[in-house]
Amino acid sequence: MNRMMAIVEREMRKFFRSPMLMIMSLMMPILQLIIIGNAFGGKIVGTHVAVVDYDHGPEAVKVREAFDGVAANIKTFTTTNYSDEVQAREDVRTGKIDAAVIIPAQYSRRVYTDDAPKLGFVVDNSDLFTSSALEAEMQSLVDAMNAPQIEDRLAKTIALEIVELYPYVNYLKYLLPMTVALAMYISVMIGGGMLYIDDKARGVHEGYLVTPITKFELVFGLNIAGAIKAVLSGVCLTVIGSLIAGLGIVFHPVVMLQMLCLIVAGSIAFNGMMFLLMVRVDDPLVPRAMFGILNVLLLYPSGAMYPTSSFPKWMQAIGVIDPFTYVIHGFKAVMLKNGGWVAIEYDLGFLMVFGITTLLVATPLFKRTL
Amino acid sequence: MSSASSTTAGTPAAQRPTAIAVENIVKRYGDFEAVKGVSFAVAEGEIFGLLGPNGAGKSTLIRMMTTLIPVTAGKAMVGGYDVSKDPDEVRRAIGVIPQALTSDQDLSVEENLSIYAKLYSVPREQRKKNIEAVLEAVDLTKWRDAQTKTLSGGMRRRLEIARGLVHNPRIFFLDEPTTGLDPVSRIAVWEMLNKLKSTRNLTMLLTTHYMDEADKLCDRIAIVDHGTLVAMGTPAELKKSVPGANVVEVHFDREDEAWQERLNKMEGVTAVHPEGSGFYRVITRSGSKTTMEIVELAASLGETLTSLSVQNTTLDDVFIHYTGRQLRDEQVKPVFSLPPRPGAQP
Repeated sequence: MNRMMAIVEREMRKFFRSPMLMIMSLMMPILQLIIIGNAFGGKIVGTHVAVVDYDHGPEAVKVREAFDGVAANIKTFTTTNYSDEVQAREDVRTGKIDAAVIIPAQYSRRVYTDDAPKLGFVVDNSDLFTSSALEAEMQSLVDAMNAPQIEDRLAKTIALEIVELYPYVNYLKYLLPMTVALAMYISVMIGGGMLYIDDKARGVHEGYLVTPITKFELVFGLNIAGAIKAVLSGVCLTVIGSLIAGLGIVFHPVVMLQMLCLIVAGSIAFNGMMFLLMVRVDDPLVPRAMFGILNVLLLYPSGAMYPTSSFPKWMQAIGVIDPFTYVIHGFKAVMLKNGGWVAIEYDLGFLMVFGITTLLVATPLFKRTL
Repeated sequence: MSSASSTTAGTPAAQRPTAIAVENIVKRYGDFEAVKGVSFAVAEGEIFGLLGPNGAGKSTLIRMMTTLIPVTAGKAMVGGYDVSKDPDEVRRAIGVIPQALTSDQDLSVEENLSIYAKLYSVPREQRKKNIEAVLEAVDLTKWRDAQTKTLSGGMRRRLEIARGLVHNPRIFFLDEPTTGLDPVSRIAVWEMLNKLKSTRNLTMLLTTHYMDEADKLCDRIAIVDHGTLVAMGTPAELKKSVPGANVVEVHFDREDEAWQERLNKMEGVTAVHPEGSGFYRVITRSGSKTTMEIVELAASLGETLTSLSVQNTTLDDVFIHYTGRQLRDEQVKPVFSLPPRPGAQP
């Protein structure tokens, strides 16, 4: 026990003496949170839409007034008048403008005679986000223009009433669980992967191996230290990230305890997985090469950014055994939904079993000799 | 060090108990045999040197004795314990200084020692005393709070030595303890090891490829090459075993292939080793007589001598005698070679 704690002590002293290491393992996820959170979370404004009016009738004027309303209020787009449809299409293609609305000749007459009036909308669909936003905005304008002037006192159509259980979740809040998990993973990757192999290559482990320390003490000493570092990263990111994202619920004592349990269980799972992957590796380049691949392989199938139900079966299969899935599900259940212990008990159970199993598999693989 | 110092507390080495006994030890990596049936014994309180070039198998030998790699065949007893059967007992009895400097650079000198004392389960009170004592022994007391990364190479090596001693081992293994050190630091390490030997009655086994180090430190030396033990004895015994008492170093102004043959024919000459560019090392029974003959030969041929000197036989000559080559790094065959440049001379 004393020998195991000596390994933990050595690892923790080294960790606290390397401020750059601590900053790097915290800064990267925070930057990711801020950049991705703001990049995905913002509304599209200030795009440019050309209007080609071949009608000039009263209904065409209505359409143009509706566009002016958008430009003045929601600011999704501003309009520019074009006289030539071909030129407008060419400018969309070359990126000078984002879309073009074509109001055909006889448009007003067709509206008045109910003769299938149509508006043309040319859009650059190579930019999914902008084109979707413009299409949605344009569709809502058309729906508004289609609404009858005089509505029935009792609605005859079926309406869907949406009840949102939780307060509005912006992207910063939505990405926070992923960010905390990522901070823990980076800490494990650096501490349990790169530094572990670097120590091996520098001969530090050779120094351990000539002492009477047992294989069990050495493996568990290294892993306890790794898990402590990941827990510290997770706790720091939870606090800092919650302050940035404005997620006050995290500071409730019960939620705090639930988060701590998830962070501890997640750290054990991540560390066990990393130790199993690295237990027979000697080349310091291997963990560095694996860093990016593992990140993609584990983070994306977990549903951290996109729901797993949209993934192909093979990706969903990865998600089933991926500890990220359970860490992020647990974090979301606690941070965004305040789901209580019931919502995270399966996640906690899986992560503990996963962590202990990987360690038990890695221990016999660990070589007590060089 | 000479054979005279191979006694500790007045007891000849032969009468003292054995600290390390190696019998027909073998290490194989697949088809490659790194150590081929080596046997030797080291008495308590003795400094025993394993001498050999890089790749000779000395580090493999020391790693087997320190339980770092398993023994393929044969037996090694260290401190009375079999390294294969009782590795933990062996580990408790020994201190090991690896070839690389492996102390944690981010930790202080004292923290490094404390962590290793804990790894050996040294009780708290004893730990403090041991750390004080080893710091004193390696002259690092005033640097105890310094971060290891601020120490010079020589000081870091002293810290490694202190680390290996912090649990009071009976047997001390040092794998090339002065590699990479400047001459002043090397001499400081030698003095320290001699002091430790006398004050702590340590048995030491060290590997080196420095002949002068082996000559100055070791009571006995084993020369290892290609995984086999080619010679063993005190430095004096080994030097005596080489035919010829002196080495004449001669440097002719002009290189001529005939020089070697002419030198070989001289009376009393037992071996001639060409070193290139007209430089020869001549092993002879009589240094003065051979010197005279060389001067006369050069004068009769109208040749100029750049330098001429006479020395006693050194361990270098011992090594050349037993292995047929000088100490050097093991050459590694390139995996592939570029094709010859068109028109280049072979």
